[in-house]
Amino acid sequence: MKSAVVQLPGLNRDRDMIAALTKISGKAPITIWQTETDIPDDVDLIVIPGGFSYGDYLRCGAIAARMPVMQAIRDKADKGVKVLGVCNGFQILVEAGMLPGALMRNSSLKFVCKEVKLEVVNADTDFTRAYEKGQVLRCPVAHHDGNYFVDAETLSGMEDRGEIVFRYAEGTNPNGSLNDIAGVINTRGNVLGMMPHPENLIEAAHGGNDGRGIFASALDVIAATA
Amino acid sequence: MTVTLKNGVLDPQGKAIEGALGSLGFSGVGHVRQGKVFDLELEGSDKVKTEADLKAMCEKLLANTVIENYTIALD
Repeated sequence: MKSAVVQLPGLNRDRDMIAALTKISGKAPITIWQTETDIPDDVDLIVIPGGFSYGDYLRCGAIAARMPVMQAIRDKADKGVKVLGVCNGFQILVEAGMLPGALMRNSSLKFVCKEVKLEVVNADTDFTRAYEKGQVLRCPVAHHDGNYFVDAETLSGMEDRGEIVFRYAEGTNPNGSLNDIAGVINTRGNVLGMMPHPENLIEAAHGGNDGRGIFASALDVIAATA
Repeated sequence: MTVTLKNGVLDPQGKAIEGALGSLGFSGVGHVRQGKVFDLELEGSDKVKTEADLKAMCEKLLANTVIENYTIALD
């Protein structure tokens, strides 16, 4: 499995993401700059990390979603390549229309940086196979705009099809998101967006490895018990 | 162009402003919606084309139509 990490001006979690992918897969991911439109054919997983692309101007992720690299990523996703967007990466995926809904300002209007509990609602995806359905994970969040919204009709279809993959559990919803939604997947099952940062909880030095399973699942490697 | 959140979409900033106006003693203020204004200088005099362009700009970039409405005014 070969992975790639997207780099855009203002993203700042790319190095954490590169470190996580390297440690879990044993191979460093390639990096893709915003103007690149040729993504190598042997890349199986493209990760858009967190940060503040283009200073969050206009709306979080709005400018990044319209850069050339996103068309290339959309083409890859259409061919079945896995795409994971974390935090700003999730915002970029919804702005690009690759995932339904929108991420609005937190209901508290404050930036939140804390640990939350995440329920694995759907463990039957390429990103969550390492977990059990209903398993509750610890996971850090750090964002200002994570308040997921989608219209009622779309939401009901998503719930029925198992496209809500993660929910904030045990009253830890940090942003007011609809139905406690923390992560969603597309209907095809190869594009996942989530607000929490699994790349920051993958080894003992982080205080836990609950986030490791997402990468292990997506990279098709067995989760180590580090 | 003016872009505001749709009715039914929670607008916490609007709510906070609503509360602040009330605490300043302004009574009779209903729902407050906070939004964005884009002022554009445009070349050309074809009003129909300009309106179509502005609408496309809103749809493609300036508004997120999942959660936002927009209005266009030309003068």
